[in-house]
Amino acid sequence: MDEVGQLPVLSIKNLFFTYPDGIEALHNVSLNIYPNEIFVLFGPARSGKTTLLRLVNRLSDLIDGAVVQGEITFNGQSVFDRSIKVANLRRQLSMVFAIPSPLPGTIRSNLTYGLMMAGIRDPLVLDQRAKQSLEQAALWDEVKDRLDQSAFALSGGQQQRLCLARSLALEPEVILLDNPTSGLDPLSTGIVEDSLDELKARYTIILVPHSIQQAARMADRAAFMLDGEVVEVGKGSELFTNPQDERTEDYVTGRFG
Amino acid sequence: MKRQQTQRAAVGIISSVAALVVVPIVLVILFIGIKGVSAISWEFITAPPREGMTEGGIMPAILGTVYLTLGTAIVSIPLAIGAAIYLAEYATENRLTHWVRLAIVNLAGIPSIVYGLFGLGAFVLFMKLGTSIAAGSLTLGIMTLPVVISTAEEAILAVPQRFRVVSLSLGATRWQTIWHQVLPHALPGILTGVILGLSRAAGETAPLLFTAVAFYLPELPRSLLDQTMALPYHLYVISTQVPNMPLSKQYGTALVLLVIVLSLTLVATLVRTRVRRRREW
Repeated sequence: MDEVGQLPVLSIKNLFFTYPDGIEALHNVSLNIYPNEIFVLFGPARSGKTTLLRLVNRLSDLIDGAVVQGEITFNGQSVFDRSIKVANLRRQLSMVFAIPSPLPGTIRSNLTYGLMMAGIRDPLVLDQRAKQSLEQAALWDEVKDRLDQSAFALSGGQQQRLCLARSLALEPEVILLDNPTSGLDPLSTGIVEDSLDELKARYTIILVPHSIQQAARMADRAAFMLDGEVVEVGKGSELFTNPQDERTEDYVTGRFG
Repeated sequence: MKRQQTQRAAVGIISSVAALVVVPIVLVILFIGIKGVSAISWEFITAPPREGMTEGGIMPAILGTVYLTLGTAIVSIPLAIGAAIYLAEYATENRLTHWVRLAIVNLAGIPSIVYGLFGLGAFVLFMKLGTSIAAGSLTLGIMTLPVVISTAEEAILAVPQRFRVVSLSLGATRWQTIWHQVLPHALPGILTGVILGLSRAAGETAPLLFTAVAFYLPELPRSLLDQTMALPYHLYVISTQVPNMPLSKQYGTALVLLVIVLSLTLVATLVRTRVRRRREW
């Protein structure tokens, strides 16, 4: 419990992460993330935002020889617990990457892939989830007549919304967005941002933003990260207008970064 | 101006060196083709040899080479692909994989006659398979492993890493990711390696010398434990061991062997180019 008055979905305590080459990417990070908020992680390049996102759903497992210390709990259970099924965890904490990354295949097969890997085979369920998630990602009207065409035939903005829809199709609890609008034009960015605003009614969203402007537009709450440490956490409205820490202020006002 | 002349001269030299590489293969094919084509007939391909092999055809040898090549495929494909998947997807750089890689490199360097002797000791004598198709296939299979493992591993590693990351992030297990995202895209490359490995095996003589082949067999093999004739060995026999052997039959046999091996290579090339053209990424 703290100022938000709810139990956190994700609780990160005293987290340290060191890459195999000895570079410490996260230093004593502690954060709580609450249901149905858009939590923005922002800061300059190499401040540890992506590393943190990838630790939360244990995509960091792919890095051989990295050292993790500290704790991340998801709904009260440690994500590092041996008994946890990593595949289930990743379905509940689903990720959208910075570069639109459809899998080779059709639009439909991209949407149903995660579900099929989870053992769902019923074509009615698959179709219904595909449609629903495309609607949530504001893509349905554009692709409804070509679900069986290659996902690579879509524009970059459409591909990224497809990737968002692909995550939503899993009906996750948390969506991890790693700079999802980095390659998009302002129009597509606007569409994605609007859908995120609607999605937070159903999901908890952690967003690494494309810019400080986007951070300020989207954040319910935000954390400013610098050199692997969390400098300041606060409500979006306060953090960007009245930062307490000098380093946050310097960054937000554009003095560095 | 001078620099451009140097440039032109360099390009000229380099491209003519490259062209030289084509010359031997064209000459070999032409030479064998011209000298051997007169021997090719329906009888030559479909009939067994007669009259101390100076008459008739080479059908048992062709069939034997087909059997041995299939046997080699059955032995080497599962082992090689399994090893390649392990090395490319699961192995971390530790002492075990270090030794495995070293073993593969060294397997590739062992002379083929040594494989033959190994096959004699291990399969013919120790496993009591006798001189047989089974023993020959096992020997050729092991000889083929390094080529197939290396090409298959390369093909697997060439699948973009982001497909794996995305698949895992969508809740696929590691094996599901390999099965649904990695192997389908690596398959053409793996196939190319398999076919190239087999085409080498099809042309080998030395590994079969003590493990599978017979000088002459009046009957076709009936089981895996029977001896067989094989094209490369048959060619060796009729070229060196049979008196009064007509030259045209020797070149004809060489031509048939060459066509079999080259058509395998051609298939590999076609598979590769076809799939490259269809690839979306």
